[in-house]
Amino acid sequence: MTTPVLDVRGLAFAYPDGHQALFGVDLHVHRGERVALLGPNGAGKTTLVLHLNGILAAGRGSVTVSGLPVAKEHLKEIRRRVGIVFQDPDDQLFLGTVRQDVAFGPANLGLKGAALDRRVMDALDRVGMADFVDRPPHHLSYGQRRRVAVATVLAMEPEILVLDEPSSNLDPASRRELADILRSLDVTVLMVTHDLPYALELCPRSIVLSEGVVVADRPTFDVLTDDELMSAHRLELPWGFDPRRIDSLPR
Amino acid sequence: MGAGHGHRLHFHGHSPVHRAPAHLKVLALLGFMLVVVATPRQAYAVFAPWAAVLLGVVALSRVPVRYLLPRMVVEVPFVVFAVLMPFIAHGPQTEVLGVSVSEPGLVAGVALLIKGTIGVLASLTLAATTEPQDLIRGLQRLRTPDLVVQIMGFMIRYLDVVTAELGRMMTALRSRGCDPRSPRHWPVLARSLGALFIRSYERGERVHLAMLSRGYDGRLPQSGEVR
Repeated sequence: MTTPVLDVRGLAFAYPDGHQALFGVDLHVHRGERVALLGPNGAGKTTLVLHLNGILAAGRGSVTVSGLPVAKEHLKEIRRRVGIVFQDPDDQLFLGTVRQDVAFGPANLGLKGAALDRRVMDALDRVGMADFVDRPPHHLSYGQRRRVAVATVLAMEPEILVLDEPSSNLDPASRRELADILRSLDVTVLMVTHDLPYALELCPRSIVLSEGVVVADRPTFDVLTDDELMSAHRLELPWGFDPRRIDSLPR
Repeated sequence: MGAGHGHRLHFHGHSPVHRAPAHLKVLALLGFMLVVVATPRQAYAVFAPWAAVLLGVVALSRVPVRYLLPRMVVEVPFVVFAVLMPFIAHGPQTEVLGVSVSEPGLVAGVALLIKGTIGVLASLTLAATTEPQDLIRGLQRLRTPDLVVQIMGFMIRYLDVVTAELGRMMTALRSRGCDPRSPRHWPVLARSLGALFIRSYERGERVHLAMLSRGYDGRLPQSGEVR
């Protein structure tokens, strides 16, 4: 079996105020997979995500990215390999123009000059925002800012793209455009989401996290059609949505 | 949450003043203000040519006076103080329109009014003819410390975000029967501003997390590399 892109073993973490958020999480993601991370509010999903690039240090257990353990001495390389797109694009677009924001990551990795420019334009092309390269972020719509936030992370050429609620607050057209972009990317994806149809549409496999432990790790279709599992962990399908009625599931 | 145009001070145009390099405009403003402030208080005949130069620049920039005038409201506290000065200052008294006022106070008040108005109008003209990004680049060329420039950059970037949040809070306040303009509700307004400060602080922490996640190690990439 090849080295997983993401290998989390026995991850446990408690916040300084004593609140235990993770009780020993085991999960793995392999190259090329698109996996959804589902679970009720307060399950520990965001806490888990912050461990993946070393922002939070594990109390117990380990996180390994393509064989490299997440530890202080490797943080720079880990943060290149794991690209996290946070929920609020305004938190990630903090410089004056789109170009500067997308260049921030690769510039920190040491790229300069023409190589840096190429990396920036390439990332923007992949999300369809190349025309907006010299605009200030507050001149963009919410959906456009979301896409540029994805580009800022893609520009670092990560091995895994971790998205926190990518479809939240997007209008239906933007939601579809983002789905098209994610499908077109040739990168491993871990998507934290409440949007179950989105998870079914984009991620063949789902991991359900509840109260700090993994309670399911199966094909998304199996998770969404397991009524007992869903109701035990506050997961519900939107009104009128029936996975069994969908003709062909995405692979 | 649509696309907004947040340049409340910048007036779009193509005049020679708009096209002039930002660092030269900053130096010109600084030099002009030093000269105006250094002019002795009672040399009224000297203020006239300074005012004429300033009005000439405003005319050249083609920024309408009715655009600049409302924005001069920032001077109001100083105008109020200047008007009060003849009444609260000590020293030999003199008569103006039948009212006895302090002569040094009167002179100081008039000088404050003249210098303040010239200064505010000059600064507004600079702001109206210079895009914020160009202004920052101009300051960089003038060797302003990198840290100061970066802080100003963040301020410009997040000013609109914070004021939009403030706008939403005010809408929520008004929708619940609280008028921020009435003194009775000022304590609520003060608490809302406190809450806004905390939210902005927390946003700062989230931005820091995003920066760390993209490899920030304490030094921002040199300005030459990130255009």
